[in-house]
Amino acid sequence: MSVINTPNGYRLDNSGKRVVVDPVTRIEGHMRCEVNLDENNVIVNAVSTGTMWRGLEVILRGRDPRDAWAFVERICGVCTGCHALTSVRAVEDALDIKIPPNAHLIREMMAKTLQVHDHVVHFYHLHALDWVNPVNALKADPKATSSLQAVVSPHHPMSSPGYFRDVQTRIKRFIESGQLGPFKNGYWDNPAYKLSPEADLMAVAHYLEALDLQKEFVKLHTVFGGKNPHPNYLVGGVPCAINMDGDMSAGAPLNMERLNFVFARIQEMVDFNKNVYVPDVIAIASFYKKQLWGGGLGALSVMDYGAYPKVNYDKSTDQLPGGVILNGNWDEIYPVDPRDPEQVQEFVDHAWYSYPDETKGLHPWDGITEPNYKLGPNAKGTSTNIEELDEEAKYSWIKAPRWKGHAVEVGPLSRYTLAYAHGVDYVVEQVNRSLAGFNQLAGTNLDAKTALNSTIGRTLARALESEYCGDMMVDDWNELISNIKNGDTSTANMDKWDPSTWPKEAKGVGTTAAPRGALGHWIRIKDGKIENYQCVVPTTWNGSPRDPAGNIGAFEASLMGTPVERADEPVEILRNLHSFDPCLACSTHVMSEDGEELANVKVR
Amino acid sequence: MTETFYEVMRRQGISRRSFLKYCSLTAAALGLAPEFAGKIAHAMETKPRIPILWLHGLECTCCSESFIRSAHPLAKDVVLSMVSLDYDDTIMAAAGTQAEAIIEETIKKYDGNFILAVEGNAPLNQEGMSCIIAGKPFLEQLNHVAEHCKAIISWGSCASYGCVQAAHPNPTKATPTHKAIKTNKPIIKVPGCPPIAEVMTAVVTYILTFERFPELDRQGRPKMFYSQRIHDKCYRRPHFDAGQFVEKFDDEGARKGYCLYKVGCKGPTTYNACSTIRWNEGTSFPIQAGHGCIGCSEDGFWDKGSWYARLTDVHQFGIEGNADKVGGTAAAVVGTAVAAHAAISAVKRAQKKENA
Repeated sequence: MSVINTPNGYRLDNSGKRVVVDPVTRIEGHMRCEVNLDENNVIVNAVSTGTMWRGLEVILRGRDPRDAWAFVERICGVCTGCHALTSVRAVEDALDIKIPPNAHLIREMMAKTLQVHDHVVHFYHLHALDWVNPVNALKADPKATSSLQAVVSPHHPMSSPGYFRDVQTRIKRFIESGQLGPFKNGYWDNPAYKLSPEADLMAVAHYLEALDLQKEFVKLHTVFGGKNPHPNYLVGGVPCAINMDGDMSAGAPLNMERLNFVFARIQEMVDFNKNVYVPDVIAIASFYKKQLWGGGLGALSVMDYGAYPKVNYDKSTDQLPGGVILNGNWDEIYPVDPRDPEQVQEFVDHAWYSYPDETKGLHPWDGITEPNYKLGPNAKGTSTNIEELDEEAKYSWIKAPRWKGHAVEVGPLSRYTLAYAHGVDYVVEQVNRSLAGFNQLAGTNLDAKTALNSTIGRTLARALESEYCGDMMVDDWNELISNIKNGDTSTANMDKWDPSTWPKEAKGVGTTAAPRGALGHWIRIKDGKIENYQCVVPTTWNGSPRDPAGNIGAFEASLMGTPVERADEPVEILRNLHSFDPCLACSTHVMSEDGEELANVKVR
Repeated sequence: MTETFYEVMRRQGISRRSFLKYCSLTAAALGLAPEFAGKIAHAMETKPRIPILWLHGLECTCCSESFIRSAHPLAKDVVLSMVSLDYDDTIMAAAGTQAEAIIEETIKKYDGNFILAVEGNAPLNQEGMSCIIAGKPFLEQLNHVAEHCKAIISWGSCASYGCVQAAHPNPTKATPTHKAIKTNKPIIKVPGCPPIAEVMTAVVTYILTFERFPELDRQGRPKMFYSQRIHDKCYRRPHFDAGQFVEKFDDEGARKGYCLYKVGCKGPTTYNACSTIRWNEGTSFPIQAGHGCIGCSEDGFWDKGSWYARLTDVHQFGIEGNADKVGGTAAAVVGTAVAAHAAISAVKRAQKKENA
């Protein structure tokens, strides 16, 4: 029983009732969460634990760097492609390979499609059931639902009372069958759900529409990368050659029909973002105007590497510029350099790994990953039947990355906080417009900093980023067509394909704006093979355990101070955690080996 | 009182016309003659929704993501009308104790009568604690559910073979379903990283319709989707036969859609339906998009050399008639007959029930 004041400003008290949530569902991968509640059912201590690891970085050692993208792509099938993209960027950086502009544009469209797809599926199929109560939708008046939608999303065509009646009928029959499937054992009579029946019905209808539409969005990946999940990538460019009107154009990867097909998919994404997704988030948020907790580090201490350059290799043209903001001072943005050994470092004193000196962090190029699974002295249960963890010792398979020692949050909210602070016109307009919409519906007068620094703000930023990515793709597509019109059909630079052209030793870094936040891969190449490969991924930043100084990470910070309606029903805990869109396979892909082989796993 | 698919679909507002259209699409997807549509419709009109417990071990969730891409049937129709997906930690509303309670409730109510779907695999190193569910090793959950299920579907290359985390040196000792647990329950492997969405839902629909697994090959894969090499039905095959190859990416041959064999395509040694059913509602497949097949539905494909290393055991002309191929064809003929028989039996059983 103790009270700790963390350097990043939190008072942790583990004396109250301990609540355990394991598994945390509706995420990618496996995680556990433990919290302590005070006498008012407010969270006063939070412990988040990554409960899986796979060892991909060790598997990569000794392999061909040109193959790495496919291995790391399998870190995650939800944010599919973003690790592959980061990997080819890291290899190209190491070998000084510059890709053609068309390859850049195609990769950009693939990355932005992933953003839209991932954000939409996250909101409707992973996060929505934290806000939306499908059982309550049965009480809705379909006519009133139609009127509600006319106000909220006037441009969405599927809006008639009959349409909503059909959806309601289908859900009613489903629930009455007694076989509730994914809705089974939900928390449907918990007062934490605040939507009106009509808003619930509208959201359920959009849950089903989004499920149908998401499979259309990813067809852009299928054209450029051959399949989804896990489209194909290529070091030096993209594998899809362009043949507009030459011999055998019809059987070529890209021709006019294929590009038109892609544009139709982009248009679907643009429309769904504008007509359904963003309006839904604003409308749903307005019912939760009093639930403005869950901010934690969000909008206060944030980081991103910067993404979406208009001109490839020119960071000053990033359409979502990077940087670091600390402690809510939006007037000062620090630059981020992933190569600087003093900036990005990972700590393991609370993670199930060992360092020779665990008071210090290591830069990814010099990272060590050596597993050390053991529970602390105050843990309850056994090593294979954990009842309660001891967070003062090691308690997670996730390492703790820090920027110059600071715990920071990454993700759409971080990128939007940075873009807003940088004064990116599109983003400032978007945030202000959606905030005005929220204030109007909710009858509030919140400013950007207050509204964004919350669970709702995190969820809103994700929707806005989806909208921005849709619009940016239109530009990318037009630029690609313009390039082709000007005679440039090149899609790959094969000058350094042959390993005999490579230096004996090289190191590189690749970064991307992954759906869940700042993603970086660091590679060392020696004699044509991978010598060391390290990934520092968004959920590692957000889900990190404590560091040697005692700073808590973003998941834990977001839970602090959150009141819960019922201690035994974790709706609010899920809502906060889901607002980050946790991806545990990503965060804990790092290596492992046991027994004597441990000595071989030291990756320096 | 359990409802049939058809009753449920009707009650959920699906017209009889849509239902029959769905049945004929299912028949087509399964490679069955049109007259089977009626048999499928009849079978589905008379059967209840079977519960599925879909467990996740060490994986990347690409199988679930693929599953929700299914166009025919739509994922929402599978989940709302065809099966009862009672446990799937990726989409289920409940978490923690309420989630785990579902497993016990299902076992109690449907002991021996539900399907276990496995995505990912169990690590055996570190006391199994590199994959923890509810404070315990995933392997315990897997064993427990397998003991009470009717049959097991191993989704994807992780559950079928081990996949990427089992690539050398397999640091977590990630182990596929059939090797991780001791069971006498039938296991069907649906490999691929991930499997094609419509292959996944076709396997489910086949099992529901015919109340049996489709005909399996020696490895436990459904022959209907895994008995042919991608090369055998590749639209670029004529270029292989004509000796027209892509020599490097983005060359003249790449722009003309020539064969990718020389840049490492594993189509000639990979058994899957990518060149026939294709991906994402038939939109394309890796070779059409210009990259060679990486062989993701083959056992141990991660350790069989670079994606770009040329295969050395491919004959230049024709579909070579090796023993495996000839044997496979003969078995496939038998398989069709067995499937037809099973469908008729199902119909007969249903009729008996009606009369009873």
